[in-house]
Amino acid sequence: MRAPCLEISALSATLPTGSRVLRSVSLVVEPGEVHALVGESGAGKSMIGKAVLGVLPTSVRIVEGQIRLEGTDLQALPAKQRRRLTGARTALIPQDPLTALNPSRRVGPQMTDRLVGILGWDAGRADARVRQLLDEVRIRQPERVLRCYPHELSGGMRQRVLIAAAFAAEPRLIVADEPTTALDVTVQKQILRLIADMQRERGTAILFVTHDLGVVAKISQRVSVLYGGKIVEEADVGALFASPRHAYTRALMAATPRYTDPVASLLPVDSTVLAGLAEEIAEADRAWRPLAAQATRSELIARLLPFRRSSRG
Amino acid sequence: MTAITPVTTDTVVSAAPFWRLKGFPLIPVSILLLIAFVAVFADLLAPHDPQIGSLARRFKPPFWLEGGSLAYPLGTDHVGRDVLSRLIFGGRIAFAVGFAAAIAACVVGSALGLAAGYFGGWTDRIVSRIVDVWMAFPPVLFSILLIAVLGTGLGSVILAIAVIDWTRFCRVVRAEAMSQARMDYIENARIAGFGRFAILLREVLPNVLPSIVALLSLEMGIAVIVEAILSFVNLSISTDDPTWGGMIAEGRLSIHQAWWMLVFPLITLFLTVLSFSQLGEGLKTHFDPVLR
Repeated sequence: MRAPCLEISALSATLPTGSRVLRSVSLVVEPGEVHALVGESGAGKSMIGKAVLGVLPTSVRIVEGQIRLEGTDLQALPAKQRRRLTGARTALIPQDPLTALNPSRRVGPQMTDRLVGILGWDAGRADARVRQLLDEVRIRQPERVLRCYPHELSGGMRQRVLIAAAFAAEPRLIVADEPTTALDVTVQKQILRLIADMQRERGTAILFVTHDLGVVAKISQRVSVLYGGKIVEEADVGALFASPRHAYTRALMAATPRYTDPVASLLPVDSTVLAGLAEEIAEADRAWRPLAAQATRSELIARLLPFRRSSRG
Repeated sequence: MTAITPVTTDTVVSAAPFWRLKGFPLIPVSILLLIAFVAVFADLLAPHDPQIGSLARRFKPPFWLEGGSLAYPLGTDHVGRDVLSRLIFGGRIAFAVGFAAAIAACVVGSALGLAAGYFGGWTDRIVSRIVDVWMAFPPVLFSILLIAVLGTGLGSVILAIAVIDWTRFCRVVRAEAMSQARMDYIENARIAGFGRFAILLREVLPNVLPSIVALLSLEMGIAVIVEAILSFVNLSISTDDPTWGGMIAEGRLSIHQAWWMLVFPLITLFLTVLSFSQLGEGLKTHFDPVLR
């Protein structure tokens, strides 16, 4: 049996204060599948993406669980090897195209960096690939764009450039972190279609982070609904929209604005639902004994014991 | 040096003065090139030996005043040496010190600042503490102390200025590198699989470079001033060698007989330092693709 593209099992991450930002998150992304992560701000959607890509903030520590990329346990790898592996097989389509390109460098070299520096292609081949990709994301005059500085391009153009760069190395998995949030509404749809088309043609798996259920319905096959760093419901996209099982999912769907009835549809999530969620999370935390914390405590005791003996006499 | 407060990069950016052609600091560059050219070819261009005077022609005024002559266009000093020739040879020392000291301070300070700002953690803590301690010394007194220990001479002056002023680069570069480290494109480079050192050089450095260049130019001006201060208190290089600071010190004593002994070196010093800081501003604009 082939290993799934991405398999996250019982992943927990904590802040220095000890509170958990991810609560035993498990999910599977099959090759060629778009898996959407939905939830409100602070639900831990982006955290999961960052954990996969290995760019969690330094204050966030993974205390438990595994992230397997095509069967390889990423955390078991030494840092450098992990970087090489994720560099070759994963990519990010970032949230804000305005800050995701280096303002002091021309677009071209920024796009070929990874191909040349990590995959070891020669410059000519990398150039040709990048030009072809710019063509695919429907940028006219790719030659000119490659010589531009990022500030000379519009937000939509920059996001196209970043999408092209993400697909350039033919990664197995792309993390798309709210790729349309920072864009103009008129551009959002085009960009979304572009990502979907390129994904379908290449069979790239995508972990699609968003808070927009409309986007989820359009692009993804599976959906995980997050609240408080915990997956409250995971389902196929059809099943989720047809019959959401969790009260929170239903509340989120009810809160989606509709043109037909804009006022009535702008409902906040019901307080009983939130109370239920809070209870669920408290329950999960009570049951949770971090293996890592236990290990460090016993290690600490082991380290202290000889010291205590010697200090006594 | 105390008279010039450290200029942060924010204050360097301002509207271009009207005499600047398309953002290029034409006038400062011409002034600096002229002084540099004259300093390099001092042996050919100086009309007289800067160290040999004759008491017979002491205190001759500049050529346009009564009693002056074109043989000594800017007059002579209290022992009859040609002021222009001394200015020219003084420029050689000023520029040598300015360039060498500023570059040394820049390399050391920028490297430490980049490392501290980008790597953070212990690197940052150690470097920042050293900078704090360093900045607690009054700079001019510190340099005088250093010269007293190292002995006078061109090398000592350069070393003293570099040893004192690297903190200026370190602080600015650290702050900039720190803000760079949080940018999304740095994260992208990490995701692409690049190591910290590669990212530092390729992603962080180009963004910090405009500030470094601006600061380098400014620092050259400051180094010229510090050299002048040190030679003013006779702690630069040997007393016979003409230095702008030394000329100012001598001119101060004869101010009532011969104002030109004081005024010409002062004007030269002023123009040089002003040009350096203007050049820095222009270069910063030139290096920054967004401002350009």
